[in-house]
This record gives sequence, structure tokens and C-alpha cells, in this order.
Amino acid sequence: MNQIYWIYLAVLLFSIGAATVLVRRNAIVVFMGVELMLNAANLAFVTFARINGNIEGQVIALFVMLVAAAEVVVGLAIIFTIFRTRRSASVDDANLLKY
Amino acid sequence: MTAETGVYHAAEGAVLSNAWLLIALPALGAAILLLGGRRLDKWGHWLGVLMSWAAFAWGALLFFDLLGRSGEERAFQVHLFEWINAGTFSLDAGLLVDPLSIAFVLLVTFVGSLIHVYSVAYMEHDPDRRRFFAYLNLFVASMLLLVLADSYLLLFVGWEGVGLASYLLIGFWNHNPAYATAAKKAFIVNRVGDIGMALAIMAMFTAFGSVTFADVFAGAEAAGETKLTVIGLLLLVGACGKSAQFPLQSWLGDAMAGPTPVSALIHAATMVTAGVYLVVRSMPVYVGAPDAQLAVVIIGAITLTYGAIVGCAKDDIKKALAASTMSQIGYMMLAAGLGPVGAAFAIFHLLTHGFFKAGMFLGAGSVMHGMNDSVNMRTFGRLSGVMKVTWATFLLGWLAILGVPPFSGFWSKDKIIETAFVGDGWRPWVFGLAALLGAAVTAFYMSRLFFMTFHGKDKRWADDAHPHESPALMTIPMVILALGSAFLGLALGVTNALAHWLEPVLGHEEHHEPVLPIPVLMGATLVLVALGVLLAWRMYWNESVPQTAPRGSLLTRAARRDLFQDDVNEGLFMRPGQYLTRTLVFVDNRGVDGAVGGLAALIGGLGGRLRRVQTGLVRSYAASMLAGVVILLGGVLAVRL
Repeated sequence: MNQIYWIYLAVLLFSIGAATVLVRRNAIVVFMGVELMLNAANLAFVTFARINGNIEGQVIALFVMLVAAAEVVVGLAIIFTIFRTRRSASVDDANLLKY
Repeated sequence: MTAETGVYHAAEGAVLSNAWLLIALPALGAAILLLGGRRLDKWGHWLGVLMSWAAFAWGALLFFDLLGRSGEERAFQVHLFEWINAGTFSLDAGLLVDPLSIAFVLLVTFVGSLIHVYSVAYMEHDPDRRRFFAYLNLFVASMLLLVLADSYLLLFVGWEGVGLASYLLIGFWNHNPAYATAAKKAFIVNRVGDIGMALAIMAMFTAFGSVTFADVFAGAEAAGETKLTVIGLLLLVGACGKSAQFPLQSWLGDAMAGPTPVSALIHAATMVTAGVYLVVRSMPVYVGAPDAQLAVVIIGAITLTYGAIVGCAKDDIKKALAASTMSQIGYMMLAAGLGPVGAAFAIFHLLTHGFFKAGMFLGAGSVMHGMNDSVNMRTFGRLSGVMKVTWATFLLGWLAILGVPPFSGFWSKDKIIETAFVGDGWRPWVFGLAALLGAAVTAFYMSRLFFMTFHGKDKRWADDAHPHESPALMTIPMVILALGSAFLGLALGVTNALAHWLEPVLGHEEHHEPVLPIPVLMGATLVLVALGVLLAWRMYWNESVPQTAPRGSLLTRAARRDLFQDDVNEGLFMRPGQYLTRTLVFVDNRGVDGAVGGLAALIGGLGGRLRRVQTGLVRSYAASMLAGVVILLGGVLAVRL
């Protein structure tokens, strides 16, 4: 099987994730888009590791998963706090930090 | 020049080696009076008087010490301390006690002490009398430092000191803005002269590597005419500023804003003669620079004419006397520029002038004292009846300045006129005639002043004026000065004593015959003086003087405005200076500030626009990040492909 298809899949997943982040307002959904992009990147890493026949890509993928887990904790906590104070999970409502 | 000039002996004996006491005593008086504050108000003025007399006493001791030695041994250097030691340049502060400086010391301390005594009564009702005496003492100390210094740099310290004292005393009543302005004017005009003086000192240092009198005079002969001419002209600029000589004469008239004793001491008898002292002291420099000498003579001739013309038109008694001072110092300058022989007569006239002019100024102060401080001579008239002592002392001063034999002025001024007629070519005629005609005009304006004040047809007193004689503390100094006006010239002139006394300093020069016989000159002078007095008698004694000044001729109106000296200064220097500063301020505000401020405004404005990009919408940031990444990747790919 041509391994380039895995790359196409990664691109597709990344595009879906990016579109989700750009288009959706709900912070949880945006967050899911971010996770999707991270996993698309992981898929690309693993695929390239496979193509090149070494394990650096796999190692990086493991790191990304680890950091993503930590990031989820912090991100969800922020979203939760914003929701508690502003009664809204919309990313467009959290626009106080501006000019 | 004799070879001995410029050789100074080291000081010996208690009197000579402690000559610094002369300066220290009045300086101490000034310090005590200034620092002591109000608690000294009761007796502070007597301390000032005491310090001044103490300085005179020490000066007299020095004089008798010198008198006991032979002529060539009368120059002593008193080493004080190492002042400046900078690499190859070192300078010791020291005093030079020689016949010339002692002549000045005696004049300054004696006339100064008399004026101190006079001021005790004159300033009696002034709440700041203690401060006044502090300044007077400061002046005496600075003036003594000026004449006793053994180097040009130390002389310059005294030079600035008297300038400071003059400034403080002109503006003594500084609550009157006009007086404060007059003080500033005197200070600023003096600064112009001081620049010349400072440049002269620098030029000396370049030419001789030293600024002491001994080194400069020793090197003068070998220095060459060009260098000496430059130094001589620069010194002349300094002398013009201090002595109110043309073209730096404009401050003296306004300086009359100070209390009258100040006008008598500083602006008549002593400080304004410092320029003459400088020229005479620098005689070895001028002897080697005929062009600079000629410049001194020309300045003197111009100023003596200028002052005489201005003096004829002034109705303010003090300003008329100030114009007269300017004119008489013009005589001294003229004489000083004529070389060693003339210089001796310049000092002679300076001494006699110090007495009779100070006496007349004190007389004017006495008149003001009796006339509610009025200075307008048109409100005086026939005061001789009520102020007999003042009148008598003024009479002697008047006779002295006129040059009537045997009074002081005759001996000194007549010699100057004779010396001005010595020489060949056009010079004796121009300068001699200027001096001769100046004497006639002097006779006219001094008689005008005298007649308008003390004589005349009618009394023009203001209704509230009750003229009375001044107290004894004021009249006694006036009487002493009047006696000096009467007999000093006789004492020093008949035997030519002063010329012999000064010979070790100035050097000996053969006496030359004037272009006209001396009896003719003397006769012409006396006839012209008599004519001047007669004219004044006809106009101001025989006819009544109008209370308001008549319009007068064009020359009178010009002379009333000091021959437009202020207008010229304003038009030539002040206005262009103001325009220059205004232009510079404009360039600074619009040009420099404009460029800097404009750049800042540009950056600020740009920032103001650009910050609108920060909308606070997270998704728009994400969109721009994505777009940026896509563009970057696209670019990388485009380059690779």
C-alpha cells in the first residue's frame, strides 16, 4: 500500500480541524478542532517515520500526545472558568483582550 | 625705558611683607557685615568705616616705607601663595608694591574712607545701611587687589570684583526696576570689555608663556610690534569697558541710579579710572606698539569730546557729573596714550580728578539730601544762601575742574593739553585742539551746573522743598576733599613731585616741546575757559532758567539722549541679536523639534492605526496565523519547485 495515502489522510484531518477552529464558535468544539489538528500532525509524523524507516517521528508523536494531554487539562480549565464567569462558551464573546 | 623697569625686589620688613592686610581688612569687613545679618545693623557701618581707615593707615605706612628708599629700589613683590600649578604653567599670587600702585592705594583708601564716613550720614535712614557698607568694603578690597596685583590674572580677579561691587551698588535700591535695569546694563557692557581683557591675557600667555607683569614687560621688547599691538588693543577694549570710554560708554550715565556716595567713589574717583591704570601699568607693552598707543589717544580724544557735549545738555545733576567724569577720563586716556611723559600726567590728573570729582559728587548728594532727593537742576537755583558749606566745597571743585590756577585741575589738565600738542605731523593739532576745546566746553557745562544749582536769578524750588545744610558727618569729608581739590595739584605739581615719584615705573623720557609755545597754550586755555564760564553766566545766571527744558537745537536734543548711544547699541546689537535669537528659536521649534516631534507623531499614528488589528477575536487571529503559514509554505514550495 502506498504510504502517501496516510499523508493525504493527515492533510484531510488537519483541514477539517482547521476549518472547525475557524468556523465554529463553541469553545469546546474549537478545542476538538485543535485536537484533530494535533492528531493529524501525529499521523504525519508516524507516517514519515515509517517512510524513512527510523523512529524519530514516532518519538515526537509520543511527545505530542503527552503535551496534548497536559494542554487539554489547562485548556479545559480555562474554558470552564470563562464559562463560569461569563455564562458563555463562545470564543467570540471572550474578546476583552483587544486594542 | 630704563633698564631697571620690571625688576622687582622681594619684600622685606613687616610692613611690606604684610601688604596683603590692605586687601584682607576691608574684605574681612565685607564678610562680617554680610554674614552677620541684622544684629550688626546698629554698629555695622562703623565697622565698615574702621576697616577702610585701617586699610588707609596700612597704605600710608607702605608709602612712608617706600619713601625712605631710593627711587630704583621702590618696587617690591610680595609673594602670597602658589595659586595655579598646571603642568608647564604656574602662577603665584603676589602683590606688587611700587610707586604707581601705592599712589592708587592712597587715593582709593583715602577718598574711599572719606566717602565711608559721608555715607554713615547719607544712608542713615536706609534700612539696608549695613549691606551698603558691606558692598563698599567689598569694593575697596577688590579695587586694592586690582591695583596691587603682580600679574594680569590676579588683576583680573580684582577687575571682576570691582565690577561685581559696582553692579551690587548701582542696583542697591533694586526694588526700583529702572535701577535694577541700570545695574544690569552696567554689568553687561562691562562684560564686553572683560572679553577684551580676557583675550588680552590669553594673548599674553601665548606670546610670553606667562601673565605676570615682570615676565610680560621683560619679554615685551623682544616680542615684536604685531603681538604687542594685538595685546595693546585688547587691553584697550578692557579699559574702555571699565572706564566708560567710547564705544563702551553707555553704562555710566545709567549707573547714577546708585546711591550718590557710590557715584562719587566708584563711578567718579576710583573704579572708572581702572582702565587708565591698566593702560599706564602696561606702558612697556604700549611703548612697543605705536598703533595701539594711537588707538588709545583717539579713544581718549573722542570720549573727552563726547562726554563734554553730553554734559552740556543734561538737567540731571548726577548725569551731568557722570558725563563730565567720562570726559575727564577721556583726558587721562589721551594722556596715557602719549607715552611715559603723558602717563605721569594721566595719573596726576587721575589723582586730582579723584578729589575734585568725588567732592562735587558728594556736594551733589548733599544738595539732593536737602532737596528731597531731587536731581533736576531746573528745580534748584540760588542754593548758595542756604547750603553754605556745600556751596563753598563745590566752588573749590568747580574751580579745580575748570583749571583755574592755582587749583588742582590747572596743574594736571594744563599739562595734558601741553603734552597733547607735542609731536609732529597732524597729531598734535588734532589731539591738542580736541583737548583745548574740551577744556572750554568743560568750563561751560560745569559752570552751567554750578550756576543752575547754587546761583541764578530765581529760586525754582518745589513747594515742599526746604533746603538745609547737611550734617557734619557729610560736610567734613566734603571739606577735606575740597581742600584736596584746592591744594593737591599745587603740592604735587610745582615741584613735579609726582612725575619723579612715578619715574621708576614709567621710565624716563626726554621732555619735548609742544608745537606751540607753552605760554601761548596756557593763555589760550585760560581764555577759552573764561569764555565758557562767561557764556554759562549769561545763559544760566544772568537770565532766568525755565522750569521745563526748552526744545533746544538738534545738537541739544541729541546730547540729551546721550548722542543716541542707546539707540545705536539697540539698533546695531540688541535688535539684530533679538532677531537672531528669535530665528534660532523658530528653527529650533519648527525645524529640530518639528523633525523629532514629527517622527514621533508618525510612529504614534501608525501604531494607532495598526493596533486596530488586535480585535480580541481569537478566530481572526487563528485565521491570520493559518493564512501566514499557508503563505510561508507556499513560498517555500514555490522556491523549491
